[in-house]
This record gives sequence, structure tokens and C-alpha cells, in this order.
Amino acid sequence: MSKILKLFLMISVALNFFVNSFAGSVIKIDGSSTVYPITEAIAEEFQAMYKDIKVVVGISGTGGGFKKFVTNQTDISDASRPIKSSEQKKARMNGIDFIELPVAYDGLTVVVNKNNKFIDHLTVAELKKLWEPAAQGNITKWNQVREGFPAEKIVLYGPGTDSGTFDYFTEAICGGSGKSRGDYTPSEDDNVLVQGVAGDKNALGYFGLAYYEENKDKLNAVKIDGGNGPVEPTYDNVQDGSYQPLSRPIFIYVNRNAADKDYINKFVEFYLKKAKDVAKEVGYIALPDKAYEFALKKFRERKTGTVFKGAKIGVSVEELLSK
Amino acid sequence: MKEKKLINKIRDNFFPVAGLLATIISLGILFVLIIDVLKDGYMRLNLQFLTNYPSRIPEKAGILSAWVGTLWIMVLTALFIFPVGVASGIYLEEYAKPGKMKDFLEINISNLAGVPSIIYGLLGLQIFVYFFKLDRSVLAGALTLSLVVLPIVIVATRESLKAVPLSLREASFALGANKLQTILFQVLPSAFSGILSGVILSMSRAIGETAPLITIGALTYIAFLPAGPFTTEFPFITLQGLKDYFTVLPIQVFNWVSRPQKGFHSDAAAGIIILLIISLFINFMAIYLRIKFEKYMRRK
Repeated sequence: MSKILKLFLMISVALNFFVNSFAGSVIKIDGSSTVYPITEAIAEEFQAMYKDIKVVVGISGTGGGFKKFVTNQTDISDASRPIKSSEQKKARMNGIDFIELPVAYDGLTVVVNKNNKFIDHLTVAELKKLWEPAAQGNITKWNQVREGFPAEKIVLYGPGTDSGTFDYFTEAICGGSGKSRGDYTPSEDDNVLVQGVAGDKNALGYFGLAYYEENKDKLNAVKIDGGNGPVEPTYDNVQDGSYQPLSRPIFIYVNRNAADKDYINKFVEFYLKKAKDVAKEVGYIALPDKAYEFALKKFRERKTGTVFKGAKIGVSVEELLSK
Repeated sequence: MKEKKLINKIRDNFFPVAGLLATIISLGILFVLIIDVLKDGYMRLNLQFLTNYPSRIPEKAGILSAWVGTLWIMVLTALFIFPVGVASGIYLEEYAKPGKMKDFLEINISNLAGVPSIIYGLLGLQIFVYFFKLDRSVLAGALTLSLVVLPIVIVATRESLKAVPLSLREASFALGANKLQTILFQVLPSAFSGILSGVILSMSRAIGETAPLITIGALTYIAFLPAGPFTTEFPFITLQGLKDYFTVLPIQVFNWVSRPQKGFHSDAAAGIIILLIISLFINFMAIYLRIKFEKYMRRK
């Protein structure tokens, strides 16, 4: 008797397993770990308001996120750089259209050790001299970067080559995504870069503004001269576009078909309305109000395609969105 | 003469002293690590930390989804690796005939034990997530981790079986038992405490694995739990949770460590403390069960 009961139990368990009874709506998001803190914060707020909608967020990186996005595995992709042509092609092959929405700015910050007295600002040309591929093995002393700097050894820290930050910095400074010298200490963890620069008087590194803001006691930010005099990386300078060329917008990409689902529509609208407050809270810079208006309008009109891919560095987000 | 004696004595004592030094160094590093983590994370250790979901506010952030996910994955992994690992260990040690086939299997299993875990992640992604369409579920995660630690279980099982004295088997055969009976009733029970240690130690490796789970797409932010295994409706038990999304403690810690805000670093430290506690608990279980089993065997 107990054997029959056991068998029955096993069969019902097996049946239960194959019958998917999950009813709730799940919004699937994956992508850049740079955008993650904002998306996490929005998801947290959103779920407090809509209890029956579940939001899940992964951190596969911008590239890894797009890989899932273009094969229809996710509804929204976090991205710290615009979509690439190769990714766009795959999306088209799979019949996926997307809506590209900027959600905040990140100010890439060049930092030096607190005790570094000789670097106050650097021009883009000097940064290029320092970081371009040709510098590898040749530019090793600070006096080679600018006359008057001491003849001390240059020690460099930067993000790894898989990172969107690396892509953007090399594009903005060296004139091509991925163009960089290789003889620096890379790390995917920005806190490691902070430690590195904080521990060496002659070191220089670059990463997102939030990491500088949290470590102001150990690091100095270098003012960047993009042609209009040295500008400090501050919240306001990034937001009004005067900190150039190292301010970059970060994005979410929404699947066009998924956007028509009520719960995803709700989420994206919520995102664009709340992003301004949330961005600041988690260490990023909010876009100007106009930009959020444009983005919301773009989303409501379901305008697909990318306007940021290959856009000239320095053109404002509002300008690009109003096209 | 006297001098030679002294030199001999020094030589004699050199090795134990060097060994002691090595032990102290490794223990010392562990000690410093634990102190450091405790210092950073103790103030975040409270009930709220265990019952809250992740949050953008470090003081409100918790590890509920992470530790429940870890528990799910660990229990399932144990369920998978125990029968499969022990059965293949028994086959290789007791049944497989010496020859090319056995050599081939042996070389492969020892090699598998050394494969970086991220490779298993890629394998799991292709097989479990895409081919079997399990999505990024608890089940896919547990199966992937099972692959990672299976070679360890197999090797441990074989080593424990090897350690069973031949006289025991011969005695069993002499009493008229056949091969299966000998293995099931004599060899396996004698080797069992060793096998158990192997299984549990491999669990404590699995608990810290992050790379393969991130590769198969385990999530980072998730504010709900896999469906529990018990329901109020007939048949009162459900495996729905197997198909739900999940995250695990190491992924949550990894995310917090790389955030800029100091508050998250404290959260990460507190997460590490919880992970250490779980891992210590698993090791403690291994020792306890082994002692218990050995006592039981002796009484028999």
C-alpha cells in the first residue's frame, strides 16, 4: 500500500514539475555593471509600488547583455556604450527592434595620488600622448608628457579591455575604441584601481566619477582641457556638458515588442521619470530635465534605432534625442 | 663528536620547525582575513540583513534572496552529485576492467577536476540553459555546479574504496556473499565516512563558486524567492522553485565589493561572514557525520 502511495506521490511531483504554473509577470534585464546600480534602484522602487510585477537584473556586462538582448532572452539591456553594428545586425537577423534611451551621465575621471603636486590639469593631447598604443614602452617618464614635469617613472592604472569605460576612454582620447597602450595595470574592479593610484605617488588612472567622489581623501582629480581650458569633473560640469570629452551617457535598450506589454511600458515610463533622482543617489549624474522629456517622448512614440552609435563626442544628449 | 651530534640535532629539528612555520603562516593569513572581514562587517550583521532584499541604500540592503538561493543550489547539488559521483566511483574502482577504456576514463576524470570552473559555466550555458531550455533557473545552476564538483566526489569515493582492506572483501566472499552484496554491505559502509567527507568538502567548494553561475546568467538583483517546496494543495509538495530565477551569496558579495560606496563594502563583508558561517557549518557537519558513522560501524 505504501509503495503505491509513494509511486503516486512521485508521479504527481513529476507532473507538477512539467506543468508550468507560474503566472506573474517578470521583467528581464541584463547588461552593464556600470548601469546596474541605477536599474537596481529603479527596480527596487518599482516593485515597492507594483507588487505583482517582478523585476530581475543581471550583470553580464554591456556586451554580454546585448548578446542576450539580440536573441530575445531579455526585455531590457543595460549598456554603458551605444550598441555596435555587429550587435545591431544580429538583432535585425532575429527580428528584434529596440528603443535606445539614455538614462544618466557618467563622468570618466582621471585621477592621481593625493601627494602628486605637479599634475593639476592635462590636455586631451597630453592624455593621448600618455595612453595611445605608440606610448607603450616609449613614454615612461613624466617629463616626456609635458616639459617641467619631474623625471619620475609613470605608473598607469585603468579598466580591463572588456569594459565599456575602456571603450569610451580610448575612443574619446586616442580616437578609436580599443586603442590603448597595453603596459598598464588593468582591473575590472574599480576599487582595485583606487587602491593602486592611492598607493603610488607617480600613478595615474581613470574610472567613473562615483569612485573618485567616494575616495576624495586619497585621490586628486585631474582637470581636463578639451580645448576650452581646464575643467574639473564635478556634478554640474558633467551635467551642463562643459566637462569634455570624458562625459558619457549611459543607456537602457528596450525591446520594441516587449515595450507594448503593459508591465514593461509601465516600468520604462517609471524608469525615465525616476532616473533623475535615483542617478544622483547612486553616484551618477542626472541628464538635464529636457533630455528626460525627450527620452520619454521617444519611448512613447516607440522610435526605434540608434542615434548615439558613432555620434560625435561632445554633442549633447538633448541634441541627439531631438533629431 | 659533540659538534656532529649538535648538527644532527639541528637537522632533525629543522623539518618540524619549518612545517610548523608553514602552518602558522597559512593560519595567520586566514586569521588576518577573518579579523579584517569581521571588523568591516560586524555592524551590518543583524536579522534585518538576513530578511531584506538587496537595496540601493547600503543600510537597508540584505541578502535574503542570496542566502535562500545558495541553500537551494547547495541542497540540489548534493542530491545530484551524491548518487552519480558515488556510483561512478564504485564502477571505476570495483567493476571497470583494467584496460584502455578504464585508463581513458581515469585520465579524463582527473583532468576534469583541474578544468577552470568558468569552462563548466559555458558548458552549462549551452547544455542546460539553451539545449534543455531550463533558462537561468535554480535547476540549471545546480546542475552546472554539480558538473564542477563531480570529479572531486568521484576521486574521493575511489580513494575511500581503495582504503578498504582486502581481507574484508575476502571474508565476505568466504561467507558466500556475491560481489554486489560484498560491495553494498561490507565495502561501501566501511568507506562511507570517507565518501561523505569527500561529498561535503566538494560542497564547500561549490558554495563559493561564482564564475560558472554568472556565466549561465544567474542574476544579481532579484527581490523574490524561488517557490518553496511545500504547498497547501495536493500533493503538498512542489518543484516549481526549481524553475525560478535565483542569485547566490558570492554573486551578491561580488557585486557589493565592486560598488564605490563604503556602505556596500560593509554589506559585502557581512555577506562574507555569513558565507563563512555556512561553509564552517558544512565542514562541521562533515566531521560530525564521520565520527558518528565510524562509531556506528565499530559497534556493528
